[in-house]
Amino acid sequence: MGRLEVSLCGWKLDNPVIPASGTFGFGYEFAQFYDLNQLGSIALKGTTREARFGNPTPRIAECDRGMINAVGLQNPGVDQVISKELPRLKEVYQKKVIANVSGFSLEEYVECAQKMAAQDLVGLIEVNISCPNVHHGGMSFGTDPKQAAKVTRAVKTAVSKPVFIKLTPNVTDIVAIAKAVEEAGADGISMINTLLGARFDLKTGKPILANIMGGFSGPAIKPIALRMVYQVYEAVSIPIIGIGGLASAEDVIEMMSAGATAVQIGAENCRNPYACKKIIDRLPVLLDELKIQNLKDIIGRSHS
Amino acid sequence: MKSIQMYTIESNEALTQDVWRMVLKGDTSWIERPGQFVNLLITGQYLRRPISVADWNEETLTLIYKIVGEGTKKMAALKCQEVLEALTGLGNGFELQHTPKKILLIGGGVGVPPLYGLAKKALEIGKQVTVLLGFKSQHEAFYLEEFAALGAQVLVSTNDGSLGTKGFVTTVMEKEGLLEETYFVCGPVAMLKAVHQLSRANGQLSLEERMGCGFGACMGCSCKTKEGPKRLCVEGPVLKSEEILWED
Repeated sequence: MGRLEVSLCGWKLDNPVIPASGTFGFGYEFAQFYDLNQLGSIALKGTTREARFGNPTPRIAECDRGMINAVGLQNPGVDQVISKELPRLKEVYQKKVIANVSGFSLEEYVECAQKMAAQDLVGLIEVNISCPNVHHGGMSFGTDPKQAAKVTRAVKTAVSKPVFIKLTPNVTDIVAIAKAVEEAGADGISMINTLLGARFDLKTGKPILANIMGGFSGPAIKPIALRMVYQVYEAVSIPIIGIGGLASAEDVIEMMSAGATAVQIGAENCRNPYACKKIIDRLPVLLDELKIQNLKDIIGRSHS
Repeated sequence: MKSIQMYTIESNEALTQDVWRMVLKGDTSWIERPGQFVNLLITGQYLRRPISVADWNEETLTLIYKIVGEGTKKMAALKCQEVLEALTGLGNGFELQHTPKKILLIGGGVGVPPLYGLAKKALEIGKQVTVLLGFKSQHEAFYLEEFAALGAQVLVSTNDGSLGTKGFVTTVMEKEGLLEETYFVCGPVAMLKAVHQLSRANGQLSLEERMGCGFGACMGCSCKTKEGPKRLCVEGPVLKSEEILWED
């Protein structure tokens, strides 16, 4: 067993480092920079039943220590993802991936999850009930415990692979949502998605994003993610994939201490295509420095 | 091939009040076509800055950029011999093959720079090049002599009439009878659209958009086309006039 190995619902990952959905496309764009098989896994671009262009541009705005995106789930639709994108990824990647699915109705979530779960390449389904960039869907399922539980139950009934629910931080009480999805049968929780943000042009005062608002990510949100993972770890017993502003091996240690079994790296992939590789290469050195034998031993160590 | 490269700043100087030219020493072997770009890491900025390559040789590449915000302001403050990290090998660039002998290059404001490298390559392979440059006014104009020195015919328009024809690049296109010429254009989207609507020929348009990653991962810079969405950082920034689906 490797020092970096962790296990998500019986699925052994060589290391806990996973690029987050929406920041890594369908993976293969990164194969020109390094061997993707070094990654723990890959969370694929959010997939919906129908093809989507997403929101109008501009849909990226820079911030201090982060960025706001209002992409709005651009993807070619689940059938094209299966027939075109997954085969391309398979050429350069031999491990299992995390399929991130989104929808505007329960039926859509279920259909998308079923189709993706039927793919050999897919090891786990991540249900996105937290996209801030789509109207009448996405996040509206993730801000109400009852709705969140409903989606969870529907997807769990339809697929046999592990189902993780990706939570939004744009709520008053994330613990209530986490408990609701656990009770509804979720195998794990991915958290957090982006925070709603906005930027305005200095000279004109006009919004920078065509959509006005978007999802804020990057190192600036890390303390919020750490706090929320810490709170949810106390309240549930299913594994957590920690996400939010992680950019270094040190950040991975901190997030796992707070209670994450694995982590996802998001915005950092956009500024440095080598971000995940750099973190994975540095982790064993950092473990030596910190005198930690196995990474999995530190999961939740911040809790007394 | 995309990769991260380090460059040493050889020079960094103002061409006009807010348009600057930076010459970088380092790898240029990745450049296949004019119109490709680099994504520069600037200390203190979260995202990189995508800047088109204006000119290059075996040892250096030239970037011409406009100070529009924090990032480009910091770029202008960089000194010679400082080292910059760039993500390279980005964008498709302009395609000169299968185009007529006579071509029209149209640039507006800070859209002018990538046309310089394009004019150079086109003249090298024996094309007859007319360059039409549009600026707001004379004091914002740059690179007229440089284009002329390459051997291109240079036409100019300014909005206020302080240099060349008063009006827009489209005013000159009409006046000079340039509506049948295969064109290559880079500039503000309103100008691209106006040129596309006026011209009776097909052209190649270099579009600009706020980018997240610059290499195809985030889908931030997509543009609607007849063949589906295209990422301007990978399948662009140069698109064909006949494939773009214009937004209102």
